Amino acid sequence: MLSHLPILQVILPLVAAPSCMMIRRANLVWFFAMLVSTAALVVSVLLLQQVLDTGPISYRLGGWEAPWGIEYRIDLLNAWVLLVITGLGTAVLTAARVSVQREMDDLRQTVFYSLYLLCFAGLLGIVATGDVFNVFVFLEISSLATYALIALGRDRRSLWAAFQYLIMGTIGATFILIGIGFLYMMTGTLNMADLAQRLPEINSSNTVLAAFAFIVVGVCLKLALFPLHMWLPNAYAFAPSIVTAFLAATATKVALYLLVRFIVTVFGVDFSLTSLPLQSLFIGLGLMGVFVASVVAIYQVDIKRMLAYSSVAQVGYMVVGIGISSVVALQATLLHLFNHALMKGGLFLALAGLVYRLGSSRIDAFNGLGRTMPWTMGAIVVGGISLIGMPLTVGFVSKWYLITAAIESDMWFVALLVVLGSLIAAIYIWRLVEAGYFREAPVARAATVGEAPLSLLVPTWILIGANIYFGIDTRLPVEVTGAAAQYLLGGIQ
Amino acid sequence: MDLLLDVALLSLLLVTAVAIAWTRDLFSAAMLAGIYGLLSASFFVTMGAVDVAFTEAAVGAGISPLLILATLALCGRRQKPDRSRALLALGLVCTVGALLVAATLDMPAFGDPDAPAQTHVAPRYLQESMAEIGIPNVVTSVLASYRAYDTFGEVVVIFTAGLGVLSLLLGLADTRRSAPSLQAVPRQHLVFRVIAKILIPPILVYALYVQFHGEYGPGGGFQAGVIFAVGFILYALVFGLDAVRRVAGHGLVQFLAALGVLVYGTVGVLGMATGRNFLDYSALGSDPVTGQHIGIIVIELGVGITVAAVMMLVFYLFSEQLQERGDGGGQLTSGRAG
Repeated sequence: MLSHLPILQVILPLVAAPSCMMIRRANLVWFFAMLVSTAALVVSVLLLQQVLDTGPISYRLGGWEAPWGIEYRIDLLNAWVLLVITGLGTAVLTAARVSVQREMDDLRQTVFYSLYLLCFAGLLGIVATGDVFNVFVFLEISSLATYALIALGRDRRSLWAAFQYLIMGTIGATFILIGIGFLYMMTGTLNMADLAQRLPEINSSNTVLAAFAFIVVGVCLKLALFPLHMWLPNAYAFAPSIVTAFLAATATKVALYLLVRFIVTVFGVDFSLTSLPLQSLFIGLGLMGVFVASVVAIYQVDIKRMLAYSSVAQVGYMVVGIGISSVVALQATLLHLFNHALMKGGLFLALAGLVYRLGSSRIDAFNGLGRTMPWTMGAIVVGGISLIGMPLTVGFVSKWYLITAAIESDMWFVALLVVLGSLIAAIYIWRLVEAGYFREAPVARAATVGEAPLSLLVPTWILIGANIYFGIDTRLPVEVTGAAAQYLLGGIQ
Repeated sequence: MDLLLDVALLSLLLVTAVAIAWTRDLFSAAMLAGIYGLLSASFFVTMGAVDVAFTEAAVGAGISPLLILATLALCGRRQKPDRSRALLALGLVCTVGALLVAATLDMPAFGDPDAPAQTHVAPRYLQESMAEIGIPNVVTSVLASYRAYDTFGEVVVIFTAGLGVLSLLLGLADTRRSAPSLQAVPRQHLVFRVIAKILIPPILVYALYVQFHGEYGPGGGFQAGVIFAVGFILYALVFGLDAVRRVAGHGLVQFLAALGVLVYGTVGVLGMATGRNFLDYSALGSDPVTGQHIGIIVIELGVGITVAAVMMLVFYLFSEQLQERGDGGGQLTSGRAG
């Protein structure tokens, strides 16, 4: 059974999704989905263990060896991302039941969990595979499921947000497909390892260059890298609360993984960073994303949207890490991938509790929240501190590594700007603290509103607690990401 | 002759594409999209890709214009005037176009026997698949065995799309209400009714032929599923939605959509149960080639079931919306002025 771990990870949720449609009882379906995602989490833990012990694992689908068949190839990079996705996906799903009950009618709940599992499986499939066309297929699964999940929001504007994302996402996916087509045309293969071997001979050709451009732009659209982020704030703001938490914690992380995979593994760093001025482009766009999105976040009235802009900013930090392209910088990116998933997963789950009790995520709903919902407000404060990057939280760890990497590469201005960006984050987080602790709740509300239900609060605090735990005991993430970055860039350093 | 045909088809494609972008009448855009699908299908035939052409004809020229028309019946056939920044968009499109043209400069010539696509992975498919899988249609061998996992993914994509539509439209129209939905064509349109009755049985039989003949000729689950669904949809268009729902109700169609995916997945898991990898059919029969045969037939059946069920499901959901608006009446193309 152990040899099947790579595929089990993906097909468990993939086959469970249609099974949900046969169970058709909301609570039962939720429980079933929980079991499945927990199983996927266990598999990913075992898988990471196995990769740490024995090195990369290959799994031949259909028994056909690569490049004729499709190969799953798990190395430290994707074992790490798989763990992040299954962990966060499971935590969010644990919290989902009451929130989904409140925000959706009975008929839709079954379909919701089915779509959730499809999206989950799609994201895992993208990460686990070693075949570029297979990436596209699973990208389609996760994207279609995401559009539908966003459109399930209560606000009718969620339809428009989903449609906007559908158009942008489809353009992104089409670009990726065009790139894959070009690569196949030039190499005759779709297998990543095989591509990596065959590309260096021909990578001066226009076709390969165009393939690279299409793939990078396509992935950056899905990643919501500034200025391709326009779809993200609306999508996060109007989606059901649980969906926002899930997407913020996983979807952009997978896009980031794809970017790293294509740049480092498929095309190779030598080609990727020298053929186009990608290094300065990534650092420039990343930093602009940090500043523009952070400043816009300050002025948001809806806190879901505020945190959505903050996500765009955080994507900026991660891309800066790729731009610096040293081992430490890549490690910072991979660390921030995990850390940001913890922060935003926790914060958006806390917001889900707020929406559950107050039906709103606007700033005025925060008035007096420190007294009426102390645990929810506490989670938001701790998550916010982590987002700013204060010591003893995970946010500090990844920013520390990013700044170290920038200084090591003599990019003092980058280090300085990263610190400045964190200060802007402090401003928008302070707005929440101010409203929560220094303003009075409307009298009518103070008496009636209680704390969020435990089933929401516990997963929220598990994620928030992880923000602190991994901020103090940094061994696991630092060791794994360090080894992964070393493994990926080892050749050139 | 070939060159002439290619030039003619490609210019027609270009003209159709420009016309689709140009027209403000969504009804003509939908019809043009159908024509575009048919032209692409013909072009694929001239390139020798008959399986792809078949799919494109069934999906691009067949069912997708129908679904677009169903949407138009709901939202009107006129595009709202918009004053968006068309210039910026045009600039972007031109940039992308220029990049695509630049990319063609270094491409191997079409059909070049020394091109990497012909010399690296493909030769094994062409030379060994008969011995390894034992079916004459290499395309089916690749889709259903060498790269069966991609095909599984595609089936899940179809299923996801169906669920997406279901999640949006479910329960918006009260399906239990007795008001006739998409109504039958009035009795006096005898020609419609007679022709439909003559056409539907051959359509269904043909779908089954395409389903089970995919190993030997062009075809397979995707095409068969679409054709099968079209038979039912045609029946609904002429005799009303209620008549079809009596045969295959909402619940049944949803069940089948999920069932197809499960059938496919189960075959994959059986591979694991027999000590091989996921989707390895070799141990399903007495010898590997028989195993491959059995595996391919069953997964193609799963594909066909899901595709047909999802197409019908999507059609049902759209038509029920028409009923709610009270302006359906079998005339999908009527449309209100937008």
